[in-house]
Amino acid sequence: MVQKEADYRNSGKVKLEKGETMKFPYSQKVLEHFKNPHNVGKIENPDGKGLEGSPACGDMVAVYIKVNPDTKVIEDAKFESYGCASNIATASIITDLALGKTLDEAKKITWKQAAEELGGLPPIKAHCSVLAVEGLRAAIKDYEEKHGLITEKEPTTEEVIRQRLKHVMNPLTGLDIIRTNLILKTSIENGVVRVVVDLPGDHQFAPALKEDIMEKLGSLWDVERVDVVFTA
Amino acid sequence: MKPYFFDTYAVATSEFGYSMGIDAKEALERARESIASKLDANSEEVIFTSGSTESSNTALKGVVWALKEKKGKHVIVSKIEDFPVLNTAKALERQGFGATFLDVDSEGFVDLEGLKNAITKETVLVSIQQGNQEIGTVQDLKAISEICEEKDVLLHTDATHSFTRLPLSVKELPVDLITMSGHTIHGPRGVGALYIRKDTPITRFMDGGFQEFNLRAGVEDIPSAVGFAKAVELVTEEENRRIKAMRDRVIDKALSEIPDVTLNGSREKRLPQNANLTFHYVEGESVTLHMDMRGFAVSTGSACFSRSLEASHVIRGIGGDHERAHGSVRFTFGRYNRMEDADAAIEAMSEIVARLREISPLARK
Repeated sequence: MVQKEADYRNSGKVKLEKGETMKFPYSQKVLEHFKNPHNVGKIENPDGKGLEGSPACGDMVAVYIKVNPDTKVIEDAKFESYGCASNIATASIITDLALGKTLDEAKKITWKQAAEELGGLPPIKAHCSVLAVEGLRAAIKDYEEKHGLITEKEPTTEEVIRQRLKHVMNPLTGLDIIRTNLILKTSIENGVVRVVVDLPGDHQFAPALKEDIMEKLGSLWDVERVDVVFTA
Repeated sequence: MKPYFFDTYAVATSEFGYSMGIDAKEALERARESIASKLDANSEEVIFTSGSTESSNTALKGVVWALKEKKGKHVIVSKIEDFPVLNTAKALERQGFGATFLDVDSEGFVDLEGLKNAITKETVLVSIQQGNQEIGTVQDLKAISEICEEKDVLLHTDATHSFTRLPLSVKELPVDLITMSGHTIHGPRGVGALYIRKDTPITRFMDGGFQEFNLRAGVEDIPSAVGFAKAVELVTEEENRRIKAMRDRVIDKALSEIPDVTLNGSREKRLPQNANLTFHYVEGESVTLHMDMRGFAVSTGSACFSRSLEASHVIRGIGGDHERAHGSVRFTFGRYNRMEDADAAIEAMSEIVARLREISPLARK
């Protein structure tokens, strides 16, 4: 029953018969970061803090940063995760990547980069791991807001909505729902956002996507209601 | 099973066929007899299927189709049924039938008053499981069957997880249809059975030959049927007591030795093989992966684990939120487990949960 931990799903593949392999969804690198995550913990009195959570999968991640006030270089980054393996592994790698970078550089770290560093992530897990990237961005934004680097509130436009929806993953592909043309139409009128999704309402991912979209748009300061409409 | 692959490999024939086919047919009938007797049923009341999914589809769709013109188009199921019943009821709804999804209480028990009130003149079938697949709650089938009998409505029960683990007799309970499966009791996967009480109106939904009393077309899978029957014979009361003791050990130790743990389901009225606990502030997929690395196979109701990215409908059905489902872990025990395994599992859980709470933003530290 018990296998040696060191042999665990050797090289990311489960061995079946001779010459036959079954793909295990996590790479060896993901498993390493999952088992021994880097930069774990909390920074007391952080310069910036980001907390991101997705009700669609329930995962949550907190990212803390220490920033050099002169150079704007991230000198320390730590995370806490209430999440699955891909969430933990991505938070681990993203904090690794952020260390030593300036805020402007760190802002540009993408989910794709993190996934590449980890030797790939399963598409269905994209939205758990994208949270870690958003956690870092939120921590940077928090720093910028606190230090007066962002001033005016931007009114929500269709463009803002589409930008936000780029952070919602299509679980079928692991790419965002804008790029994969899952969103047929968006509109905003008097604080009411309407999003038309190109999926039948009884699709296996429909409820999770709906929740994810509502969460992403509902937090905008001038949005009062979000209607998610499915095509059939 | 093996002789029916290699020696008596013929397809079952009628009694006028060739010898090997007759031998195969006899083996099939012995298997049927063996499963039927476990329920105190007659052989002619049991058909073999490909598993629970087919059995429950046959039961729900079969009865509804048989009675839609004669009686009505309404079925009642509980909210926490397993997918074969739940999704068949949803499919019937989309096809223009009526379906009621009964609420359950915080331990997963169906509200009996709610059931009484939900039955209308149009109701043709009630389908309520015996034991729950995730949280192990065992329904009061006696009370449920009495209500159905009084209201003259047919009752189906999905006994996939309870068959042979709990007593179930069709002589004692007026249950009309019972779903069973081989896979939950160390039997072959891909074989199940459906008990259909004599004279129950039912229409076959697969057309073809006249096998299985003209209710399930297709060449019979004799090795699997024989294997299923053998698996049924091998379950003993002693074994059930043994796995129940392991279940209790895991529940008691988890609740007493690990902080912030909630039991899901009923403490007393639960399947002997099932323990389901929520370890707060940690996520279930992370737990299952850590457990798998240590050689333990456990399961979770976390959305991260599911193919649909949805949190367990059972945990949500008992009033649990995402958080409760997120950290829920199901332990099931079988014939080859020993008490040491239960102890080792809890020891491993204790370490894993402590480690994951270390990195959790929600945990009290």
